[in-house]
Amino acid sequence: MRVIVSNQSELPIYAQIREQMKEQILDGSIPPGTVLPSIRQLAKETGVSVITTTRAYSDLEQEGFIASVQGKGSIVLPKDNKMMRENFLKKIEEHLESAVQLSKTAGISKEELKAIMEELL
Amino acid sequence: MNVLEVEGITKKFKDFCLNDISFSLPAGYIMGYVGKNGAGKTTTLNIITGLLHATSGTVRIDGITIQEDPIRYKEMIGFIGDTSFFPDDFTGKEVIRTLRDFYPSFNEQKFRAYMKEWDLPENKKISQFSKGMQVRLMFADILSRDTKILILDEATNGLDPVIKDEILTLMQEYISDGKRSILFSTHILSDLEQIADYIFFIDEGEKVMCESKEEMVDSFLLLKTGPEDLTDELSSKIIGLKKTEVMAEGLIRADDAVYFTGNVTLEKPSVDQIVIHYILERGKERVLQ
Repeated sequence: MRVIVSNQSELPIYAQIREQMKEQILDGSIPPGTVLPSIRQLAKETGVSVITTTRAYSDLEQEGFIASVQGKGSIVLPKDNKMMRENFLKKIEEHLESAVQLSKTAGISKEELKAIMEELL
Repeated sequence: MNVLEVEGITKKFKDFCLNDISFSLPAGYIMGYVGKNGAGKTTTLNIITGLLHATSGTVRIDGITIQEDPIRYKEMIGFIGDTSFFPDDFTGKEVIRTLRDFYPSFNEQKFRAYMKEWDLPENKKISQFSKGMQVRLMFADILSRDTKILILDEATNGLDPVIKDEILTLMQEYISDGKRSILFSTHILSDLEQIADYIFFIDEGEKVMCESKEEMVDSFLLLKTGPEDLTDELSSKIIGLKKTEVMAEGLIRADDAVYFTGNVTLEKPSVDQIVIHYILERGKERVLQ
């Protein structure tokens, strides 16, 4: 597992931790069943505050990536395909939205944008 | 469970007044006590450690006041200031003897292990220790006793970045079992900002704000723009506006960001920047009154 916290990043630190863990859970480098370091452990190892790591973990829990088990800590859940699909769909939507924004700024028409899309597909 | 509970402490001096300070610090967290020089930081810490008596108000550590059990109360505190609290002409050996006599919970074995780990000589006088070695010696003392709260008063002043970084790690180590807490005061937060969970901001003896660092940092934005780009209405939304010939800079509430469209740069502020602009604003208000 690797978590790299940057002060230069646009993302707040808790989001950086959340996104990096999510990525590694999705690509399988953190396998299901893994017991994650405790929030205090992670805070110490990354040099950030406990509240920051708590927020990262509670986000991951809400999004269904991990579960907190009393006395055991936070455990990575098996990858649920529906959930992963949702996640990817959300990402795709975000990227498409920024493409639409860009074409609006540049005055590119709907048709042109669709054509680009077709070509890429 | 709160390790520290401060309730309405007030201390009146001839020329300064610490006014009705209240806050609590839960077990396992770090709080930064920030403000400029003379804001009342050390007065607050001295009341908590029992060095000063408050005119009114109470302080509880792990649920007890200093009056209820002065020995237990004091034993629960670890204190590190910006100078070594051991007498200069003591050697490491004499320090051990003193700690053994003073603190029932002092664990000599643990203390010696730290001295060895950090290359602190037992036969050298403390006056010959470098500043970094003196700080390590104080940490060795605190980590070898059964304390509940570590209070640091400007403890990283004048230390080199390597030792500052080491102190950061030691502080996180101290709270890592989730049972102990840290309160540290400083006039420059910079390197300690990242590990602080809560921030208490004091100015002129009064509380300005006290919240989690994330909430505090998330609720403001640092605005930068040209000096001509601000209307009076917009300027009134800016906290601590600072203008030069070429730029204007100030703090705005994150909710107000919608009003500032156009040619502005909005950045996430550091705690130090929030403190600076708030103090600037408070200064302006005082002039107007």
